[in-house]
Parts: sequence; structure tokens; C-alpha cells
Amino acid sequence: MDLSLKSEHKAFAEEVRDFARRNLSPATKEKTLSGKHYDRDDHVVWQQALGRQGWLAYTWPKKYGGPGWGVTERFLFENVLAEEGAPRIIPFGVKMVGPVIYTFGTDEQKERFLPGIRSSDVSWCQGYSEPGAGSDLANLRTRAVREGDHYIVNGQKTWTSYAHWGDWIFCLVRTNTEAKPQEGISFLLIDMKTPGVTVRPIIMLDGAHAVNDVFLDNVRVPIANLIGKENEGWTCAKFLLANERLGIAEVPASKRGVGMLRAISDDPSMAERIADVDLQVQALEMSELRALSTMALGGAPGPEVSTLKVRGSEIQQRIAELAMEAVGEYAAPYQPGMLFHDTNETPVGPDHAPPAAPRYFNMRKTSIYGGSTEIQKNIVSKMVLGL
Amino acid sequence: MDLSLSDEQKQLQEQAERFVRDKYAFDARRKIAATDRGWLPENWAQFAELGWLGMSFSEDDGGYGGGPIETMIVMEQFGKGLVLEPFLPTVVLGGGMIARSGSKSQKEALLAPMIEGKKQFALAWLERQSRYNLADVSLKATKEGAGWSLSGHKGVVYNAASADHIIVLARTAGSAREPKGLTLFIVDGKAKGLTRRDYPTQDSLRASELTFDKVSVGADAVLGKVDEGFGIVEDGVDRAIVALCAEATGCMDAINAATLEYIKTRKQFGVAIGKFQVLQHRMVDCFTNAQEARSMTLMASLKIDDKDPVVRAKAASGAKVQIGKSGKFCGQSAVQMHGGMGVTDELSVSHYFKRLTMIDLMFGNQQHHLTRYSNLAMAA
Repeated sequence: MDLSLKSEHKAFAEEVRDFARRNLSPATKEKTLSGKHYDRDDHVVWQQALGRQGWLAYTWPKKYGGPGWGVTERFLFENVLAEEGAPRIIPFGVKMVGPVIYTFGTDEQKERFLPGIRSSDVSWCQGYSEPGAGSDLANLRTRAVREGDHYIVNGQKTWTSYAHWGDWIFCLVRTNTEAKPQEGISFLLIDMKTPGVTVRPIIMLDGAHAVNDVFLDNVRVPIANLIGKENEGWTCAKFLLANERLGIAEVPASKRGVGMLRAISDDPSMAERIADVDLQVQALEMSELRALSTMALGGAPGPEVSTLKVRGSEIQQRIAELAMEAVGEYAAPYQPGMLFHDTNETPVGPDHAPPAAPRYFNMRKTSIYGGSTEIQKNIVSKMVLGL
Repeated sequence: MDLSLSDEQKQLQEQAERFVRDKYAFDARRKIAATDRGWLPENWAQFAELGWLGMSFSEDDGGYGGGPIETMIVMEQFGKGLVLEPFLPTVVLGGGMIARSGSKSQKEALLAPMIEGKKQFALAWLERQSRYNLADVSLKATKEGAGWSLSGHKGVVYNAASADHIIVLARTAGSAREPKGLTLFIVDGKAKGLTRRDYPTQDSLRASELTFDKVSVGADAVLGKVDEGFGIVEDGVDRAIVALCAEATGCMDAINAATLEYIKTRKQFGVAIGKFQVLQHRMVDCFTNAQEARSMTLMASLKIDDKDPVVRAKAASGAKVQIGKSGKFCGQSAVQMHGGMGVTDELSVSHYFKRLTMIDLMFGNQQHHLTRYSNLAMAA
């Protein structure tokens, strides 16, 4: 066992840093460091640069066009990019649907969809939650009925991040209403340009638009877009959720957040509270590394990754809360123009003040999305503890 | 001992409840927030008519002889409706400070019209560097003939854009952060040399940054005595804190009621989610927190007229600590139990959460008041 880095790993980290410094737009980096919202181009331009380098699908095996990195390279890659202020990679393509396609898809599907995901030329979004199926995902009602060589899809998806930017959506749909809830679900890829697909924005409590309702009204989807077998989509769904929960802990961003807290806080009463969250981040990072190291030996992410998701979301929320407290009364001015629209408005208070409260409000979502804290704890109590 | 409301106080409570029910449905509030002023003159006129603007002032001052309990009753209902009219800066802060420290002519010129609904106030105490320290003031007032000249900056001044008069905390002597040497000046909202940058706040109120460039005021603009403004502003802020705590208890009642209703009706896994024990216990904790908040607010409201300033300060800080703690718990829990719906702009829950969050940050957060209370308790 050894925590120190070998010289080739140090060289690798420098290579990543050098790449980020040459390819990340200064405007995008500024948004990261100041906590403003990105627009579509911030993400796409950066992801396409990573794609050209062969690094966007950095968790994929070589066989499917990934770099074939081990745990250490992935760890360094994520941390260096966070330190350099890169936007987080939007997970829906490379982290979610990509692995589902190369694990459960046909050769034809792999050839058709994987290149666009690796290059970020095609943007993906996730059609999982529905108004009546949040924590109880298996209760989903969106119906897909076979008609010749197409499915006719009707229903509503909700909380769909970046649906307004998406070219494709991967959906869980009900193909059998007779079976048990989990047994009648299929995993379907839908082109967002298909007639009958409508996106409606949901405005969040901080004024941000990132999530949407997606309405599916008699949408015709070729059966060639079914991943895996009909009625066996729950297997794909669970595989994807386990992957989602692993990256969702956002350790590198939280490490950057702790550094930011120390930089903005001149109040001695905050120092210990910052130290406390700093240590929580270290415990989480080491737990995540232990999970990754198990996976590197051939294991799949087990149900214990749920604990990482729970702690990861609490830590992100705590950092946002402390950042707001550090600002104090100057957290009150609301400046949506600056946060969302790239206006030339100047901050009312200190430079770091405008995003502080909106970010605290917005980060409440982290203990709700990707399986709420309550659901994660149910998983751990049942699957790990056997209760 | 008697902790029950009098018949008059019960009537006042019903009156305030009715106002919120009639005028502050959630969509109506959204419309009020979107107006130029951010509040409605017709509502303010109604406050005057109902006597709310004068209820907490003595009859000698043209009021109706009530006190902190009357303020508490009305502020609590304002919290339930997330009322936007500037009652706190105008009546509790401005009016209260003038009533306690103003000269006879100041009261006649300012307090009487305020009670009639014809004048509004704002308090400018905060500066960029001051954080929660009321004494950290660098805006300077220098002698100019018989009067004074004010130069410097004030920040996050609630209601400055609507205020006819702004009460400004300025340094007339002493060094930075020294409580001695501070003086309060009553400045015309349209004074020459005073410029404003107006903005909305996270919780849909209005505030401003103010720049004073040699703003001239007469000797009669001084509120209280020269160099002795700190005690007045500290006491004024403590009283505002108690009123703010009452508003927060109203917010907590409303957000808890909305959450309870939601978990009774929202179904997942074939049952109302309120059937799950983990949510039941969290909901119980929300109600317990709101009870504690109500108790500390009542205690502070009963103590805030005490003649011992230390008793008043401890009561205000103690209640503010509880409000910060309970407000955060109820707000975060309500959002969590509403799931995705809780983080949307669409439901009222997120708006109560934002107001509770901002209340914690106003006049010093939970941590600040814990330290202040601790220091006062140790010194006793």
C-alpha cells in the first residue's frame, strides 16, 4: 500500500494540467471559480476538446475508445481538471448512457452511438423521473407500444437536466403493464427532434434554468433504438444508477470549494468549521478511492457507494452554506443578470458574493437528485446491513 | 404569570390573519414583488387605517399604547404571508428609534406622519467591511458650520428607495470599530450628494447601496446626542431582531403546514410518503423546532422593554440563535421532504426557505449571536 505518486503519474498530472491550460477558455474558467452558471457552449467546447484528445470518455475501456486508465490516472485527471476550473463533464453521455450501450447494446448500436458520445458532438439527457415516479422509479408510467418496427411512446418525464440542450434522450418506458413494476420496463433511446417531443423549462428556486419537463406525445421510435431486451430495461437502469452514484460525490469540486472557503473567509470564528468540512472531504475522498480500488480488481460498484453519495451531497451543501455565511449580509443582493446571462453588471458586494446564496439554495438538490438521501439509506440498510 | 393574549390582541391577530389571507395569496405576492416599488401603497394605507403603524407607540407619541407583543402578533402573520411592505425598516427600526431617542420636533415632523402612513424610513448601518459589527463604521460626518457633512458608503439598506428619510450611522469621533464616537443622522432620502444603487434581494425585498458625497444636514438632523449613537442603534437593532424572530415563526408555521400537507398527499411505493417513519420523525422535529422558536420569540418580546440593556441584548441574541437554528432546520427539511418540487420556484416552499435563510443572515447570524450571548452571559 502506498499513497505517494510514482514519477510517471506526476508526469501524467502535468500533462493534464498543461492540456487544461491550453484548451479551457478563460471565460469558462472564470465562471467556475466565481460560481456563475455555464451556457451550453462552455460545456460543449470544453468537452469537444477533451474528445479530440481521447480523454472525454476517460472511464471507458480501450476497446470502446477510452484511454484505458487505471484508478490513479482517473483520480489525477478529475482532480487536476477541478483545480484548473474546468466545468464538470456532463454525465449523461459519457458516464451514463455510454457504458449502458457498450455493456448491453448490439454491435450496430455501439458503432452508431458511441463515437458521438466520445466526441461530445451529440448531447444526451436522462428520461428517468416522472411526476408519479421519483423515489419510486419503478412506478413509471410512460408507455411504449409496439406498432410494426416502431414503438409509439406517450408520457411525461421530469427533472430532465439539459433537455433544452439535448440531441438525444435515454428513457425508461413501460412496455408491459401486466408484469411486476420492474419487469415491464425497457430502455429506449429517443431522438429529441422526433415529432411529439416537447420540452418545458422548470425554473429553480435560485432562478436557474437547468431542468425541464419532457412531454412525449405519440412519439415514433424505431425498435432499433431499444437497448438490451424488451422488458429488461430495469437491469440497464440499475447499472446506470450505480455508476451515477459513484461520480456524484463530486470530491474534486469539494476540495476546490474548501480552498475557496479559506480564501474568502477572514472571520476567525469560521476557521474551525472550515477545518471540519475539510476533514469530511478527506474521509470521503479516501472512501471513494477504496471503492475505486476494489473496482479496479474487477468488482462492480456495490451498494455501499450509496454512502458516498449521501456524504458527498452533505459536504457540497455544507461548503455552499459556509460560503454564504462568510459573505454575511452581502449575500442578500440578487443579481441574476450576472449569474445566468453574462452581463457586464458589477457585483453589489464583494466579488464572491453574488453566487453565494443562490448556490446554497440550489445545492439543496444534491440530497434529492440521483436517488434522495432517504432512498440511499434504505439501500444501504437493506443491501449492506441486511436489515 | 399569564401568557395569553388579551381580547384586543386576539382581534389584532385575526385582523392580520385576514389581511394575509385576502391580500397575500402566493400568486398575489408574486405580482406585488414584481411591481416597481416591490410593495403596494394601498396595503400601506390599509396598515395606517387599521392602526398597525401606530399600535406599538405610546399615546404621547400619537400611538395607541401597545408594545412589543402587538408588533410580534402582526409580524408573525406577515411571516405567514411573506409580506413585502416595509414595516420592519419603517415602523420597528425608524419609528422606534425616533420615538425613543428623537426630539419633540423630530417626533412631530416624522413620527406623527409615519403613523398616518405618509412617511417611510430606512436604517443605514452596514458597510462593506463591517460584517455584523455595528460599531465598524467609517462613513464620516464632519462639522460644517452649524451642521454636518456626510461622506462615505452604506450597504444593503433595506427600503432605501422608498424611504422619505434615511437614518445614517456615521463616525463623528474615535477610531474604526470604536462604539464611542458614532452619531445617527436623519437624512432626507432625496438629499443632494446622496446616490443609490437599488436592487432586489434573494427573498424579493428591495435594498440599496448608498454613496454619500458631502451630504449636508443641519444640527437638527442628529438623532439623540452627538457621539452617542451606538447605544441607540444597538437597542434599535435588538428590537428589530425580536420583530424579525416573530416573522420567522410565521414563516416556520407556514412552511411546516405546507410540508405536512405534502407528505400526507404525495404517494410513492403505493402509500402517502408521510407513512414512512423517517419522514414522520423529521416532521416531528420540524414542529418541535417551530415550538422552540415561538417560545424564544415570546420570551424576547416580553423582555425587550426591560430597563436593563443587558437583559434586552441577551433576549434578542438568544432568540436570534434559536430562530437561526430552527429556521434552517425547518427550511432545509421542508425542501428535502418536498423532493424536486421543493427546489422549484413554482411552490411557496422555496420562498419561505429563502426568507428564513435571509432572516438568519440579517443583523448577525446564529453563530454571531451565540458568541454575543455567550459573552454577555459570561460577563454577568
